[in-house]
Amino acid sequence: MDKQRRNFLKIASVTALAGIGAPALVRLTSTAAVASEHVAAAGHAPAKEKAGAHGEAAPKGVRLGMVIDMRRFVENPRLLNNAIAACNLVHNIPQIDNSKSEIKWLWKAPFTSVFPEQSAYHAAGNVENTSFAVLCNHCDDPPCVRACPTQATFKIPGNGIIAMDYHRCIGCRFCMAACPYGARSFNWEDPRPYIKKYNPDFPTRMRGVVEKCNFCGERLALGQEPACVEACKGTGAMVFGDLNDPKSEIRRLLDKEFTIQRNASLGTKPSVFYIV
Amino acid sequence: MYNKGTIIPGLVIFVLLVTSPIWFNGFKAATPPKPELPPGGEKNCVMPKEYMRDNHMVLLNQWRDSVLREEERVVVTVDGKNYRKGLQMACMQCHSNKEKFCDTCHTYADVNPYCWDCHLTPKEAASKEVTH
Repeated sequence: MDKQRRNFLKIASVTALAGIGAPALVRLTSTAAVASEHVAAAGHAPAKEKAGAHGEAAPKGVRLGMVIDMRRFVENPRLLNNAIAACNLVHNIPQIDNSKSEIKWLWKAPFTSVFPEQSAYHAAGNVENTSFAVLCNHCDDPPCVRACPTQATFKIPGNGIIAMDYHRCIGCRFCMAACPYGARSFNWEDPRPYIKKYNPDFPTRMRGVVEKCNFCGERLALGQEPACVEACKGTGAMVFGDLNDPKSEIRRLLDKEFTIQRNASLGTKPSVFYIV
Repeated sequence: MYNKGTIIPGLVIFVLLVTSPIWFNGFKAATPPKPELPPGGEKNCVMPKEYMRDNHMVLLNQWRDSVLREEERVVVTVDGKNYRKGLQMACMQCHSNKEKFCDTCHTYADVNPYCWDCHLTPKEAASKEVTH
């Protein structure tokens, strides 16, 4: 083959020109497509905003929730203790006197911890001095479920409860990091020595799994109310029911009273409401 | 063959030594486990005996998934008696002695299921009984 310097330079210069010129050519010919993309993006923007607004999606199916009326708990300070004791007994929850190892399904916390985004400046006396009832919020958009690598925690489609399968939990504690409400506890040690009395109808947990409130799914199946709600029976301090049923007791209460949810701005859509 | 006198007796001793487990245990069958039948006298299980013998662990896993994930905590009816689905709820109602029922075969077969890490045996549940 004839490899002369002249021919080589010719081919090299043409190639270089094509390489430099190609992007410019592509940009010139494709302006229309790019422009239409911009229009599409502009068209999508308002729709996206609508979906991301604070309003929740149209309800469908059963979504169990709870209203906690703190006024009733202020009236009767023993009520919350009874509810917590009932929960502990029903679910074989160990009583570990150590804030790192303790297991909490339903517990007490001060207003400033439960509603850190709310101002407590010049708060009413009963708000400042009362322990609030706190439990898993059974969010409609639960971050813990998204974080779980083994699907050990999941949302039950039939009733919206965020349940756990302890058989499947590997104890990675991603869900604890994901939960913005601190509703999950880890079994750092064998819980059995710390359980005072066994409920023979419910298992215990083992070392190395995470646990939390299950809205008493096992009691609901028997047609009973959750243990804490039953402990507050007649006082109206805890109202349990289907948030999507316009005729339910809980909806009547929600329609009548002003309620707040814990850190609603996170978009987790908690199913537990508070009347302060 | 050189050294016939030492090699052949040596080989015989070697073979006998290597096969000694067979001579000691091989012709005696170990006593098969005899799990205790329900003390309450129940005759029928949720499935036929043969199926339960081979597949009780499969059934337990299916029950676990249907109870926890599919919210099918249905009642199992055997001979007119109702049981709630579950190891603690249904199985142990009749087979009330874990040590004499579950453990006999599990020890024999050297399997260590982790059921009892969480689930309470009737004996354990009774050790810290709810009094109300």
